[in-house]
Amino acid sequence: MTDEINFLQRRMMIGAMSRRDFLGRAMAAGATFSAASALFASSANAQEPKKGGHLRLGLKGGASTDSLDPATYTSSVMFVAGRTWGDTLVETHPTTGAPVPSLAESWEPSADALVWTFKIRKDVKFHNGDAMKVEDVVATLKRHSDEASKSGALGLLSSITGIESKGGDLLITLKEANADLPLILSDYHLLIQPNGGLDDPSAPIGTGPYKLTNFQPGVRLTFERNKDDWRSDRGYADSVEIIVMNDATARVAALSSGQVHLINSIDAKTVGLMKRAPKVEVLNTPGKGFYSFLMHCDTAPFDNNDLRLALKYAIDREAMLKQVVGGYGTIGNDYPVNENYALAPEGIEQRTYDPDKAAFHFKKSGHSGPVVLRTAESAFPGAVDAAVLFQQNAKKAGIQIDVKREPDDGYWSNVWNVQPFCASYWGARPTQDLRYSTSYASNAEWNDTRFKRPDFDKLMLQARSELDETKRKEIYRQMAVMVRDEGGLILPVFNDFLNATSKSLKGFVHDIGNDLSNGYVASRVWLDA
Amino acid sequence: MIHAPKVSFRPGRKLTQRFPLLWTIVQRLLLSIVLLFAVSIVIFGGVEALPGDFATTYLGQSATPQAIANIRAELGIDRPITTRYFQWLGGVLTGDFGMSWANRNSVTEQIAQRLGNSLFLAFFAAIISVPLAVGLGMVAVLFRNRLPDRIINVASLAAISLPEFFVGYLLIMWFSVQTGIAVFPATVYEGMSFLDRLSAIALPTATLVLVVLAHMMRMTRAAIINVMSSPYIETAELKGLGGLRIIAKHAAPNALAPVINVVALNLAYLIVGVVVVEVVFVYPGMGQYMVDAVSVRDMPVVQACGFIFAAIYIFLNMTADILAIIANPRLRHPR
Repeated sequence: MTDEINFLQRRMMIGAMSRRDFLGRAMAAGATFSAASALFASSANAQEPKKGGHLRLGLKGGASTDSLDPATYTSSVMFVAGRTWGDTLVETHPTTGAPVPSLAESWEPSADALVWTFKIRKDVKFHNGDAMKVEDVVATLKRHSDEASKSGALGLLSSITGIESKGGDLLITLKEANADLPLILSDYHLLIQPNGGLDDPSAPIGTGPYKLTNFQPGVRLTFERNKDDWRSDRGYADSVEIIVMNDATARVAALSSGQVHLINSIDAKTVGLMKRAPKVEVLNTPGKGFYSFLMHCDTAPFDNNDLRLALKYAIDREAMLKQVVGGYGTIGNDYPVNENYALAPEGIEQRTYDPDKAAFHFKKSGHSGPVVLRTAESAFPGAVDAAVLFQQNAKKAGIQIDVKREPDDGYWSNVWNVQPFCASYWGARPTQDLRYSTSYASNAEWNDTRFKRPDFDKLMLQARSELDETKRKEIYRQMAVMVRDEGGLILPVFNDFLNATSKSLKGFVHDIGNDLSNGYVASRVWLDA
Repeated sequence: MIHAPKVSFRPGRKLTQRFPLLWTIVQRLLLSIVLLFAVSIVIFGGVEALPGDFATTYLGQSATPQAIANIRAELGIDRPITTRYFQWLGGVLTGDFGMSWANRNSVTEQIAQRLGNSLFLAFFAAIISVPLAVGLGMVAVLFRNRLPDRIINVASLAAISLPEFFVGYLLIMWFSVQTGIAVFPATVYEGMSFLDRLSAIALPTATLVLVVLAHMMRMTRAAIINVMSSPYIETAELKGLGGLRIIAKHAAPNALAPVINVVALNLAYLIVGVVVVEVVFVYPGMGQYMVDAVSVRDMPVVQACGFIFAAIYIFLNMTADILAIIANPRLRHPR
């Protein structure tokens, strides 16, 4: 890490890197945020974070149907809003993804990883002035894990059997051992509310750096700085305003006319144009989400592994990277995990485009005639183009793919997880375990490749309860290889998150956790007029 | 000209015969109410028939069977459709559109705000575009087949041919990004001063004016030209009246009926059909509200929006009908 930072420092001094890039990369190399800032200061005389100003964000992904109750958050606007007014027990490290303390100071598992003790901070106040108590934490987690709950985190918390306060600490008991519990508690639904939000789930009273002052669903949210914030290393702007802008051109226009400081979800096709604008900076953050084509392993003709392999060899990943995401992404290897996950597998051979091998496996599969690939623009941006590109790639191997375009509306209920071969997108999951248990466990509701292997399930349970990281990593590697060679997932690219900022916005932290600096963007950046 | 026989107060004549105009209007009103009921059934049935389900769509990728079941139970979606229809209708008649499934707020309250925004924008677009369109139409007739007419025609055709989002983007590019004289985005919110609101809606209003202008202008022109060939206009010309005076005082009143109809259609469009402009300018109107609701299958909101849109259309068309009847002596005094 030190070598890398030295290298970055040199690059910066010769002007090959911007300050922002330096901070981002140094953090990627493992430096903490403040350390990276300090390093930068020593090498380029940069200013400290500046307080004050009115920060305006123009974000895609809000609707008039949004609600303030954290249990219901699904849109990116509410994801950011929640991170702005509330805190979770645990946060994740922006570059390693490891759990770091937040409202929980520290934690300790029992030897079998079944019982976890969390020490809760005692110096934290809610926005209404009340001190945060362990009881509030217990009530929050109970509300989200209750069977009658509508919380988006209900599935994550399903293995919890007991939540209690014991001697001022939080005690969580699990049905089955899970070494990832702290990471699960960093989920953005699990914002700690007074009495768990049972009195009024939609009251945005939290412990976060900003207090919500106005909420118009799908239109605009405003915040003012929480003067009693328990942390001093965040919340630099005096006030924050989020304007919901679902139109890509409107976002770009608002940013280039200086009306907002940051926008999200830039179209990869227009990044080149945006980079030419003088007052605008484009930021790409590698993520864990991916674009993919899914085959059902239990449905003919895809129940034949040779046919699946043929299709996996018949896709040109490099071309997909270039043409579908404009180069802003990384190549996938047909298993749903990349190096942004903790304990990611290493040394698995990269599968490449090989029409000969594809033709060989296709012949061996004994299948003849075309296969139907269903796609729609809502599967992922550029999914229709990607399907046609795939069709052209496969043609060279003598495989005929019929691309069938489906309506955007209802794609996720009528096509995805229903049809045997379709385009799909997956967002980030906090851990490898959650990634696999969401859609590769035999009994998973969203097993969208119908990958049902008892031996795989066994490995997954084994990894979940393994506290030794080296052993865990090895199990995850085995699992990845299984999915890669026998699964129904064709994964051409992991897409980057693309945001753009005005040059007066500083301190953007690239966070592998999720888009928009894992939702913390409003409290991590500052304005330099 | 034929005059209708004078109505005298003879006993034994029916009320409907004594006040034919009033009766026509009452008929129209009753018809509108029946139509509105029919529409309410169609909307409710149509929304029910939509494929997709609120609970799964709303929870998205975080849906678990348990969470879905919980939401369904809470909303009582399993009750029979007729029960829900009459309950809904009862609410609507008292001005209560129920509660949004997605964010549990009163639909009536949210719609009041959104509809207010839509009407605000539509009002300013209308008070600029309607007089402008009618005025330009008259000017075009005055200079018929000469340069001003051609310019007005070509420019308005060009404006109507460009899609509204493109007109919007052009205005944003020129007035907001390059010169910075206009405010963007056009988001209006509570607590904004009236003047701020006005400057916020400048660009969307301009876009809407450009989009609806041509239609009304061309209709005015065509209707007036139609009348201009009548013998009484020739008489007026022979009497030596000025061109503009003939058009404004003698021709225009007789060309009113088609113009009123087109204006009504465009007004309805300005209120209910501008979702694209709302999205482009980030304006929180009814259209965006409804689209948001449709995409997560938030049925109470979709139904309420559909119902209000239908009511606005019916109301404006009814008004246009009545005005057209009043403007036309032959319809005013039916035999």
